[in-house]
Amino acid sequence: MSVEEVVSTGAMRAPDAAGRFGRFGGRYLPEALMPAVQAVEAAFREAWADAAFMTEYRRLLATYVGRPTPLTECARLSEALGVRVLLKREDLAHTGSHKINNVLGQALLAKRMGKRKLIAETGAGQHGVATATAAALLDLSCTVYMGQTDVRRQEMNVFRMDLLGAEVVPVTSANGIGTLKEATNAALRAWVNETEDAHYCVGSVMGPHPYPWMVREFQRVIGEEARAQCADRLSTAVPDVVVACIGGGSNAAGTFAGFVDTPARLVGVEAAGGSAVEKGKLGVLHGFMSHFLQDDDSQILEAESISAGLDYPGIGPEHVHLAETGRVQYTSVTDDQAVRALTLVTRTEGILPALESAHALAWVVDAAATGELAAGSTVLVTLSGRGDKDIQQIREHLR
Amino acid sequence: MTVLEHHLRTARADGRRLLIPYVMAGVVPDWLDLVRGAAEAGADAVEIGLPFSDPMLDGPTVQQAAALATRRGGRPRPLLDELAGLDLDVPLVVMTYANVALTLTPSHGVGGFLDHLAAVGVQGVIVPDLPLEESSEYLARAAEASVAAVLLAAPACGDDRCREIARASSGFVYCMSSMRTTGERNALATTARENARRLKGMTELPVVTGFGISTVEHAVEACVDADGVVVGSAFMRMLVDGAPVAEVVDAVAAFRRALSSVGG
Repeated sequence: MSVEEVVSTGAMRAPDAAGRFGRFGGRYLPEALMPAVQAVEAAFREAWADAAFMTEYRRLLATYVGRPTPLTECARLSEALGVRVLLKREDLAHTGSHKINNVLGQALLAKRMGKRKLIAETGAGQHGVATATAAALLDLSCTVYMGQTDVRRQEMNVFRMDLLGAEVVPVTSANGIGTLKEATNAALRAWVNETEDAHYCVGSVMGPHPYPWMVREFQRVIGEEARAQCADRLSTAVPDVVVACIGGGSNAAGTFAGFVDTPARLVGVEAAGGSAVEKGKLGVLHGFMSHFLQDDDSQILEAESISAGLDYPGIGPEHVHLAETGRVQYTSVTDDQAVRALTLVTRTEGILPALESAHALAWVVDAAATGELAAGSTVLVTLSGRGDKDIQQIREHLR
Repeated sequence: MTVLEHHLRTARADGRRLLIPYVMAGVVPDWLDLVRGAAEAGADAVEIGLPFSDPMLDGPTVQQAAALATRRGGRPRPLLDELAGLDLDVPLVVMTYANVALTLTPSHGVGGFLDHLAAVGVQGVIVPDLPLEESSEYLARAAEASVAAVLLAAPACGDDRCREIARASSGFVYCMSSMRTTGERNALATTARENARRLKGMTELPVVTGFGISTVEHAVEACVDADGVVVGSAFMRMLVDGAPVAEVVDAVAAFRRALSSVGG
């Protein structure tokens, strides 16, 4: 193994020159998009090393997003579960989720590249709202592709994007279903048609190189802040377990990046109906190699979850690599488990988590009950977003 | 020289402009009649699409064709096997996406897929989301299987990259007419002829222009610079709208006649 490979497969460093984390990642794109992604990679490398860019990015994170987000000690929930639970409060970031961290980074990059427009895909609408927000702030136009099914179940977020001046394009596939997978297809096709003017603002640690790496770097702030906050707060400095939910896996990647070189056990929680690590097979979709839910005829399947943000049949390439190396444990919970955990956290802490984040909490609730989490252990959970957008869904589920 | 390249070069040497119609496998029950009919109507090769759930580079028409094929129960492996019974005078070129190429024979990877193509008598292959950087094994295995791996060159690619693509491509070079997904257009993109001209200066392989060749006029115009055209959505649109195969064969013949008047 060469030195470069050792570095690339090390603890959440940059991928290798081909954009791979171990076997996963890469750049599986039509030639029509190659010049555009090569330009994104060059611009990101340059910006990430440019003090002026970083100063501006950090200024926005502090004065616009409201970072650092707090670390909240959950006294009543901890008492109920018998483990000490701390929440990294990304729900308190501007626009209500961690998505804004990545979007502001990419929007600044788009400006730097002279682009006038942002294209985005969205599932739950959080990334769409964040992108529409950054576009408004930085005077860019914005088109958000959203599956028809999601447009229906997240109509408030659709209206929010509309208010922010973005155009929301509902997507139905020729096969008739419309969730995050179809929205991503549509966004990629739109990008093929307008690479000159538009930057594709990918919302998670997926897509062709450099996106999985770049988005993780823009989300790294979650893990780095939490690490410092834990060092301040905990006598052990590091929690025993760090947990995050995973659709594509951006909040988890950002969180884990802060703890990967510590002894903390890292746990990623997928939706049972979209569990690419457990049920997926090696494949290629949306420009990257990873594990995807697919049938024996190489057709990608739709994920199914109560949470639109976890409705993705694949997972970021670095996560599959982290699963293969054993550094991160990946697991899944059902819709029911997620809604029960959501109710518990809401009642004990007065915090309404997003359905996505409720999956991470559900694993903690379950693991505490079964003893998989030792009594008294300290658990950090990234609360990736707030649940206001999900009120209608939750209500229907509880009926 | 691959069978595909030899066949196309021979036709070109006769002063003929190349016509490569695209047919989505399984799009209608009698899709094989269309493949046969297109060959008889003067196609120089036939491009066969294999349905994939997420055709990233395809516009609405080919998406609909893929969905029709899938809804009819069409799956890549059995559809390929149906090609084995055809005995045509023109080469077949299969087009599909990387996920199908890499996973259809899970234990044998892309090599297994290419061997399967060879076994059913396919002479060429196009996988648009395998760019040069991801293609080394694919190209090597295609050469071993004697299946010509056709690469696409986009207008926005720099000259150096285009030269590399032209060098690595087999059979012909697929000249993308514009920076667009597939589909019908009102006019031929201005980039179509420029890109073909550039590629012609870089390679002895036939240069065939595709994407948005919607009318015989577009085809004739594109062939001022290119050696030929791929026509896909224009024919698939007819089938999606319910036209019988015979009508599409007539349309192929009309393209042939128009191109023959140019090529002499």
